[in-house]
Amino acid sequence: MDDDAPVIYGLEFQARALTAQTAETDAIRFLVGTQSLKFDNQIHIIDFDDENNMINKSVLLHDAGEMWHISGSPADKAVLTTCYSKTSESRVLTCAAVWRMPPEWESGSHESPDDSSNNPQTLELLCHLDNTTHGSVACVLWEPLGDGKRVISLAENHVLLWDLQESSTKATISSTATLEGKGQLKFTAGKWSPHHNSTQLATANDTAIRGWDLRSMSQIYCIENAHGQLVRDLDFNPNKQYYLASCGDDCKVKFWDVRHINEPVKCLEEHSHWVWSVRYNHSHDQLLLTGSSDSRVILSNMVSISSEPFGHLVDDDDLSDNEESQQEDKGKEPLQDSIIATYEEHEDSVYAVEWSAADPWLFASLSYDGRLVINRVPRALKYHILL
Amino acid sequence: MISATTPPDSDPTGRRRVHSMLKLYYGLNEEGKVVEQAESLDPCDINGPHFDPEVYLNKLRKECSLGELMDHESCTVKQIRSLDSDMQTLVYENYNKFISATDTIRKMKNDFKKMEDEMDCLSANMAAITEFSAHISGTLQDQHAQITKLSGVHTLLRKLQFLFELPARLNKCLELQAYAQAVSAHRRARCVLQQYSHMPSFRGIQDDCHVIMEQLAHQLRQKFRDGGSSAKDLSECVELLLQLDEPAEELCDKFLSHAQSRLEADLQGLEAELKDSPVTDTDILEFIDRGCNEFVSNLCLVIASYQELFINQMANGKLHVFVDTLAARYFSLVERRIQEEKGVGDNSLLVRALDRFHRRLQAISKLLPGSAVPSQGTEIVVRAARERIKQYLSALQTFYHDSLTDVRQALAAPRGATSKDATPSLTELLTSLSNFILNQLKSVLASVHLFTAKDITFSNKPYFKGEFCSQGVREGLVVSFIKLICQSSRQYCESAGDRGGSTPPALLLLLSRLCLDYETSTISYILTLTDEQFLVQHHTPVTPVTALCAEAREAAQKLLNHYVKVQGLIISQMLRKSVETRDWVNTIEPRNVRAVMKRVVEDTTSIDVQVGLLYEEGVRKAHSSDSSKRTFSVYSSSRQQIRYAPSYTPSAPMDTSLLSNIHKLFSERIDIFSPVEFNKVSVLTGIIKISLKTFLECVRLRTFGRYGLQQIQVDCHYLQMYLWRFVSDENLVHFLLDEIVGSAAHRCLDPSPMEQSVIEVICERG
Repeated sequence: MDDDAPVIYGLEFQARALTAQTAETDAIRFLVGTQSLKFDNQIHIIDFDDENNMINKSVLLHDAGEMWHISGSPADKAVLTTCYSKTSESRVLTCAAVWRMPPEWESGSHESPDDSSNNPQTLELLCHLDNTTHGSVACVLWEPLGDGKRVISLAENHVLLWDLQESSTKATISSTATLEGKGQLKFTAGKWSPHHNSTQLATANDTAIRGWDLRSMSQIYCIENAHGQLVRDLDFNPNKQYYLASCGDDCKVKFWDVRHINEPVKCLEEHSHWVWSVRYNHSHDQLLLTGSSDSRVILSNMVSISSEPFGHLVDDDDLSDNEESQQEDKGKEPLQDSIIATYEEHEDSVYAVEWSAADPWLFASLSYDGRLVINRVPRALKYHILL
Repeated sequence: MISATTPPDSDPTGRRRVHSMLKLYYGLNEEGKVVEQAESLDPCDINGPHFDPEVYLNKLRKECSLGELMDHESCTVKQIRSLDSDMQTLVYENYNKFISATDTIRKMKNDFKKMEDEMDCLSANMAAITEFSAHISGTLQDQHAQITKLSGVHTLLRKLQFLFELPARLNKCLELQAYAQAVSAHRRARCVLQQYSHMPSFRGIQDDCHVIMEQLAHQLRQKFRDGGSSAKDLSECVELLLQLDEPAEELCDKFLSHAQSRLEADLQGLEAELKDSPVTDTDILEFIDRGCNEFVSNLCLVIASYQELFINQMANGKLHVFVDTLAARYFSLVERRIQEEKGVGDNSLLVRALDRFHRRLQAISKLLPGSAVPSQGTEIVVRAARERIKQYLSALQTFYHDSLTDVRQALAAPRGATSKDATPSLTELLTSLSNFILNQLKSVLASVHLFTAKDITFSNKPYFKGEFCSQGVREGLVVSFIKLICQSSRQYCESAGDRGGSTPPALLLLLSRLCLDYETSTISYILTLTDEQFLVQHHTPVTPVTALCAEAREAAQKLLNHYVKVQGLIISQMLRKSVETRDWVNTIEPRNVRAVMKRVVEDTTSIDVQVGLLYEEGVRKAHSSDSSKRTFSVYSSSRQQIRYAPSYTPSAPMDTSLLSNIHKLFSERIDIFSPVEFNKVSVLTGIIKISLKTFLECVRLRTFGRYGLQQIQVDCHYLQMYLWRFVSDENLVHFLLDEIVGSAAHRCLDPSPMEQSVIEVICERG
């Protein structure tokens, strides 16, 4: 049986929003939010059964509107945020809210998976991240590794830090920052750094990447013209605190050391159209996933700038146990940066890619036509990294 | 019977046989030598020397029958008879010879008697002559002895007179400064004076001479020390001093130090010239000339006279050290001067100067065979040549950049003028640019070629025959220059920045065509030209033509890709701004095509013209008979209904994207920023692909009202009408525009498409 074959799941609607269920560490679970102006939007909970190579899905109704962004709480696996657009008085506004999944969704879907679409359960609204004064929300970020009480929303040119209180049913703005400048500035993406005690944030607007200190809510660095065109996404290296990956409309993926912002550390140009999403693997930061509107997903192995440039470091105890492996290790050449694989299962632009929170060797990608593809890191590479 | 068996005289072979048998008997073989007779020991051999008749007879009697015996007997009798007759003949012959010999001897006896008488007469005469001669010499002897004595006295007197006159003569010589004469005179007298110094008169003379010679030596030393005199004088001086038994080593040192001071004066003269006058005042040829005439010729003179004077006494080592140190200084000066020769205008002067420099140093090698000086000189020439190549390379580089700047300005200038003036200049610019570069390269090659001209002495050195041509000129100059062109072209792609603003796209296009031309013809032409001119024999591996061509092609490809990207981004930017800044929900009903679309078509047309100037048309897939009308079927209202109708039924969403999904399933994946081919259609296709994909992605990010969708429909139809003609495969345009309209419909709050006929009317109105 070929375990490396991709698993494909089709949604009925177009979709852009994808996230792994961050707080879930046992099951491989992804959340997909649909985007439809005319029908009721849904959140699909995709459970992947690794052993049987099968997908179980459950559908929850999200009747507030089409989803642009979705994000799961790191503390409570039932809690998530969405950014959705709401049309009122011929005005389209993107709002954000915190939701809780109904407790029965799991049992219900398992009992009767076939008619789950007929009477799907609805998400329970916990609170709105009220944005009437600040404009459309681009994305909502949970505090990484936090207790699920703090979120940041990026609305137009504002950074809003929220405190969730009373089991997330009440949200209050604790501090804000505003990006001032010429023209209409608008954040397109952001990422909350897991390092420095979660006190830093990186945002993208137009071609610039900015770093923020959340204690003083002030800008700490700014990479002007980080990309030739719009910057679409960012991600922090989970193991190296100053390293940051970005992607954009110039088809490039760039790696930055935020202490030296004049030049990127490295630059990849493998996609043939805009790169919409970039993600570091949570455990092995040499593995990098990118999704692009050329309908391709590329998995790269960036060993040279990873936290393990000479391969996996074996503990001394292991070495004394096994002399042979020690010699083998010495003879092993450091791996070269390379493209591991290009996945071409998608037919339309891929707007989101995400690693599984539970299994570091598994990832999902979502294209606009609603196709979700789950892939694995090639086994040979996996063993190479582990051994 | 005898005559019948062996005819004695008639047959020569028979006689020969007889002779040989006789010879055999006497133990002689044919050549007259004694034969080993081992075989004839048999006593039964009748011809053998050990023949025993008894044994023979017994044997015969025992072995033969009577008949045989009878036969044998008759045979033997026959043989005996023939032998008898042979013997008689021989005896007769010998007798005859003996008689004639006796006659001859008798005749000789008579002749000798006559001769004896004549000899007696001769000896009597000779005795008389001897007597007379003795008498004469006896009378003359006294006078001869007297004359000899007189002449001896005369010589002695002459010598004495010379000795007495010597001091005066030396003085006079001293006055006249005829040192050479004085020294030679003194030398002649010295031994005699030394020998007879015990006699007071001679002693006086000797003392006088000593004083004078001391004075003379002093004067010579003075003169020597002054050093003002010429090298020739100096060497004369030294020669004289040597004859005066001055210590050779000291003299040698002094000689060298004097020579050094004079040579150093020369060097200082050169150095002063180097320092004082800027390079423009004296050209390098003059400088080298002066160096050669003053320093090198003096040096040669010194070497020659040194060898003449000291070579027997002294080792050559001193001279070598001396020459080497001075030459090193000279070389450093020359090198400094060569380094100042930076202008690349006229190479012939430098080559001639180097040639002269080199030629003059050969003289030293002839004078001083073991010296390292000439080879060092050659090295300087080699270094100068290398340096020269580098300078030419950098000159070419600056020339290339300058001409690119010119082109850039030419491209920028006509912007103000009408476009008709500007457009033809692109082709002209290309030809003039490539001609400029080629001519410059040719002239540089011609200049460098001077180094290997036949009349230049160093051109037959192994370096100039081999390495200079292959590594220096071919690799260092030509190949490096071509690589440089490619590299700088590639830099345009990278440094042009991600915004693509710094380099005008036309320049990218022009350079791309230039690189492509290089790939197809120019590189091989240049390299063939070089190989022919320099007769390059490749001892060392050289860059093959194919590798260079590949590099040029790669550069051309990269430039063209970049051009497509830049132009695509410019149009993309317009489209994106137009989509992002508009409020599509609340827009009014479309009345005409938006201006930005017209602008897009205009820009595309002008790009088409621009690319068409430099690149061929390229192949495109066959058009359907009425390509511009094809929109009818694509956007026909009936089909729109099919596509959008399901939106109104709840179960529809699966079908909404069905058509486009099926389309995607069967159409090939479109790479947006993909490499293009070297033709117009491919370039334009690339640009249009980029632009339309941007349009699509931007549309997907927006939400549309009813009129927003209709406006997109109108715009797309307009693009459809004009863009199909530029691309290789019109289906591509159709597909992308389909996608745009489809996506807009999806993103529409109130999707009610506009009637196709209305769209057409609006578009035709312009």
